[in-house]
Amino acid sequence: MMNKLILGRYLPGDSLIHRLDPRAKLIASFYFIGIIFLANNFVSYAMLGIFTLCCLLLSKIDFGFFLRGVRPLIWLILFTVALQIFFTGGGEVYWKWGVFQLTEFGIQNGIFIFCRFVLIIFMSTLLTLTTPPLALSDAIEYLLRPLKPLKVPVHEISLMLSIALRFVPTLMDETEKIMNAQRARGVDFGEGNLVQKMKAVIPLLIPLFVSSFNRADDLATAMEARGYQGGDGRTKYRVLHWSTKDTIVIVTFAVLTAVLMYIRN
Amino acid sequence: MDIRFEQVGFTYQPNSPFEQRVLFDIDLAIKEGSYTALVGHTGSGKSTLLQHLNALLKPTSGTVTIGDRVITAETNNKNLKPIRQKVGIVFQFPEAQLFEETVERDIAFGPKNFGVPEEEANRLAAKTLEMVGLDESYLQRSPFDLSGGQMRRVAIAGVLAMEPEVLVLDEPTAGLDPQGRKEMMEMFARLHHENKITIVLVTHLMDDVADFSDYVYVLEKGTLVKQGTPREVFQEVEWLQAKQLGVPTATAFAQKLVTRGIHFDSLPLTSKELAEMLIAKGGLPYDE
Repeated sequence: MMNKLILGRYLPGDSLIHRLDPRAKLIASFYFIGIIFLANNFVSYAMLGIFTLCCLLLSKIDFGFFLRGVRPLIWLILFTVALQIFFTGGGEVYWKWGVFQLTEFGIQNGIFIFCRFVLIIFMSTLLTLTTPPLALSDAIEYLLRPLKPLKVPVHEISLMLSIALRFVPTLMDETEKIMNAQRARGVDFGEGNLVQKMKAVIPLLIPLFVSSFNRADDLATAMEARGYQGGDGRTKYRVLHWSTKDTIVIVTFAVLTAVLMYIRN
Repeated sequence: MDIRFEQVGFTYQPNSPFEQRVLFDIDLAIKEGSYTALVGHTGSGKSTLLQHLNALLKPTSGTVTIGDRVITAETNNKNLKPIRQKVGIVFQFPEAQLFEETVERDIAFGPKNFGVPEEEANRLAAKTLEMVGLDESYLQRSPFDLSGGQMRRVAIAGVLAMEPEVLVLDEPTAGLDPQGRKEMMEMFARLHHENKITIVLVTHLMDDVADFSDYVYVLEKGTLVKQGTPREVFQEVEWLQAKQLGVPTATAFAQKLVTRGIHFDSLPLTSKELAEMLIAKGGLPYDE
């Protein structure tokens, strides 16, 4: 069921991108999503496209992965693009029917939106494919640290995040198992009308919640037994190392921004 | 009802980067009325194989014949329900599948899914609850109030209530105490003998294989590496130990006696058999 989902998966590897500090990658990915909105003409989009392509090549991951990452979202993208194309006015009008119109600006906007979507998905897929979930949550904890004086429970958030990430595959397995057990007892998932479909989910949801409660209970007991008392005074086993290549990444993005500012109109 | 595997292969997530082949050209037959054991390491593909027995998974190559239904990669997911009723699967830690408010409703859930009217389903619930060794007073209790062992019994009753012809058990006694383990295995043996239910048992416990089964399949890395009656399979103690599969306790002990110079015509499988063989050797008197 979830097998087709590439977005959010980690693919072990040993490329330049894999070895970058997760903080650098996280900052860069969010920053990229920000600066993509700076692009507003074909040259700037072409440049961003080439830049993204270089990043993807550096990761040494088969290009097919990234295409598959786009696939689940393709209808959303096409829907948005279609809205843009048919409802944006301006420029030369090619075709008109009621509220629908096909204009120069509309088509241009549609292409831009499409590029934006694809580039953002490519970059975020690159981030998750090359970064183990735990490294990501470490990075998030580090980056949230400035919020500590503002009484944001940074340690708790990052603890919950890493536990949640750790248990996503376990819960998926559990879901699969319970689903199979109930199918063996004659439940048809995803068949019949809406009401029947919703009813079929109950024998899946209740055991899942119950087992999550039990799991949480066990985990909390085990953590206490091992001396966990909260975030204060803890040392770290996984230490993040910022190196020159991470600085280079940040500098590259700064240069990219400058170039973008120059060629946008 | 016979179940036959012919050249069955199975791949998880085929044609994706996470593709993983787990079964290779499996040929096996589960005859009506047999008690078949399926052994192998964790990760040898046992659990994948058993999900083929009621078409929860379809083979990516080869065919599975369940009764008169032939399941191939192209088989449609519709109309598989009759198979699921005839082949009941008790998964590992089946207590995780309980969800209803009362034990009675949970057990009756399976039969009701297969179109059994409510009253009849409740009657079946009472009957199967007794079969698994719990009395009527449990019928109206919530399954979540029970102990782990009792929950397991209720879950098993829920599968038995569908009145399957073939019962597939995936490590049914994992995590139970010795007494509960013994009771449960004897219950399955009783079902096998009295109700003529075909049983497929997946287990790590070779003693259970020796005590109960009449045919064994040994699975390793997705291929069948050995098959035969327990007597045939367990004669090759060294081969099994080299594969870290283990042999029944009595057989292992007899093997030690062999290294000390005691000769057996064929190695015993159970402690009773071992005792009898030793008496026959005219050794020590055997007082019960």
